[in-house]
Amino acid sequence: MSVILWTYIIVGLTFALYIGIAIWSRAGSTKEFYVAGGGVHPVANGMATAADWMSAASFISLAGIISFIGDDASVYLMGWTGGYVLLALLLAPYLRKFGKFTVPDFVGERYYSKTARLVAVVCALFVSFTYVAGQMRGVGIVFSRFLQVDINTGVVIGMIIVFFYAVLGGMKGITYTQVAQYCVLIFAYMVPAIFISIQLTGNPIPQLGLGAEMADGSGVYLLDKLDGLSKELGMTEYTVGKKSMIDMFFITVALMVGTAGLPHVIVRFFTVPKVKDARSSAGAALIFIAILYTTAPSLGAFGKINLINAVGGKEGIEYAKAPQWVKSWETAGLIAWMDKNDDGKIQYAAGKAIAGKPKFTEETGKYGERKLSNDPTDAANELYVDRDIMVLANPEIAELPNWVIALIAAGGLAAALSTAAGLLLVISSAVSHDLLKKALMPDISEKTELVYARVAAAAAITMAGYFGINPPGFVASVVAFAFGLAAASFFPVILLGIFSTRMNMQGAIAGMVSGLVFTSVYIIYYKFINKEAEFLFGISPEGIGTLGMLINFGVAYVVSMATPPPPKEVQELVRNIRIPRGAGEASAH
Amino acid sequence: MDKMEQYWKKNIQYVLGLLVVWFIVSYGFGILLVDQLNAIRIGGFKLGFWFAQQGAVYVFVVLIFIYVRLMNNLDKEFDVDEK
Repeated sequence: MSVILWTYIIVGLTFALYIGIAIWSRAGSTKEFYVAGGGVHPVANGMATAADWMSAASFISLAGIISFIGDDASVYLMGWTGGYVLLALLLAPYLRKFGKFTVPDFVGERYYSKTARLVAVVCALFVSFTYVAGQMRGVGIVFSRFLQVDINTGVVIGMIIVFFYAVLGGMKGITYTQVAQYCVLIFAYMVPAIFISIQLTGNPIPQLGLGAEMADGSGVYLLDKLDGLSKELGMTEYTVGKKSMIDMFFITVALMVGTAGLPHVIVRFFTVPKVKDARSSAGAALIFIAILYTTAPSLGAFGKINLINAVGGKEGIEYAKAPQWVKSWETAGLIAWMDKNDDGKIQYAAGKAIAGKPKFTEETGKYGERKLSNDPTDAANELYVDRDIMVLANPEIAELPNWVIALIAAGGLAAALSTAAGLLLVISSAVSHDLLKKALMPDISEKTELVYARVAAAAAITMAGYFGINPPGFVASVVAFAFGLAAASFFPVILLGIFSTRMNMQGAIAGMVSGLVFTSVYIIYYKFINKEAEFLFGISPEGIGTLGMLINFGVAYVVSMATPPPPKEVQELVRNIRIPRGAGEASAH
Repeated sequence: MDKMEQYWKKNIQYVLGLLVVWFIVSYGFGILLVDQLNAIRIGGFKLGFWFAQQGAVYVFVVLIFIYVRLMNNLDKEFDVDEK
């Protein structure tokens, strides 16, 4: 059977499954819509959290990022997993005991202030919208690459599917589809990884294959081989980092703390029955995430070796003799070749081959390659390789059967859809619960609130789809925003709200606003206004959320000490959330 | 000291202890001491590289489950566990 037929079958089956789950798990109350009724098993919640958390970028791009920057990519591996330790130890159990519906709920009640709640709503909306646009785009891209439909049609199909289970099922529908989506995506990720690990090292476990000897009988360790190949091509050794230590440090902190402060992750821990479930569920989530996150570095290294070998290493290879997948991914626009020295051979080396993303002209060059209108760079490198290749093209590079290729499509869609749905729920609950019910129209009934929640979810999907079809040019560079803002706004305020009885409304609001303003200004300045400027203390915009967080803590402390302590009943609330007994179920009152 | 204060103090001790390990394996081994540790090899892995790309993540998982265990026992000891 052809790849395309397989893809239609597998993607079709998974979509039918998601819709089936949506119909089975319709939400009948606001509690079901916001927190799945509060009765999700901790292991199921762990799986759902893993799918919620791992986006199209984790599934498609992570291995490629590692592949191209080697040791420097450790910041992402540690940064996007270490946050779960913070969640389990510092936030999740207490927020579960608090037992409300949303993150702004906690901020609003703990700091006895509508202003604090509204600041939190603004942060939640901003963080979630930044994220969700990229997810819908990811859905479109997977559709266009594997099913040969237009990207925009792909986005619309994705919208319809998410619409179905998010609007109908709310958190309940989302939770159980996410469980299914986790299974699909992890299976799709592991199958090629295992096959490639066996081919290269003879070891079926990719995590171990990375540290094993090559299976070619040379007795050379895979990583040594890769270091050697990289050096030959004039690149930095794979296992040695280039980033400065202080920058690695700050980026890792910002990603960890940002993870722990992301509303769509936090809210997942409102759905389990007990405080102790919230603790173990964070552990379960991290296991499920770690399976993918410890496989990604192996895939990255394997992919790089395969790539270098395929293009003939240092000598290069004649374009005509390059493997078929090089040409098919050139057709897809993820590989491009510019014959700078006009010898008909692909030379892969350090540095960027061309300025920017490839712009293909309609002409073909004299060797049959797609001609580019980009300016060449000074580097000897002639090959442009999109990082997504390391996952998308892997099955072909390793000559795996067609159904494995189809599986990758289903996995990428599962990763994108599950994250999109989680984010849409945060957006809809921030609007219907925090903005309408708790601020603007406190008198509406639960039924009306549920209607508003569905309308808000539908509106959010439409907006996300719009951004997916017309992606704002800055989307790629604002991912740093989501983490930076979550780290600089939510994390300190929630942490202080639990661990300090003295922290008051004035301190929290001042802290959130100053952390937010500092981080936004820094990112906007270095990402958009003055791209050439030297970073402050050598900290890149990706890591500045860490400094924003420290500023938040500092300002909150000083301001709270200069203003009166919170009322008695709030101090009582803080003491109460520290003790597991009496958690009961999440409630609206 | 009141019983709940003792419970809370114990909890804070556990959390701090575990976070020290959390910090050492990731920021310590994976970033600050990575060059020194890379001199040590286990199979094909340089140790610092391994901690940064795999080892730290495994330790994170273990830390969470140690905490779950410690707290479940502590909850029972102070009679604040959920029925």
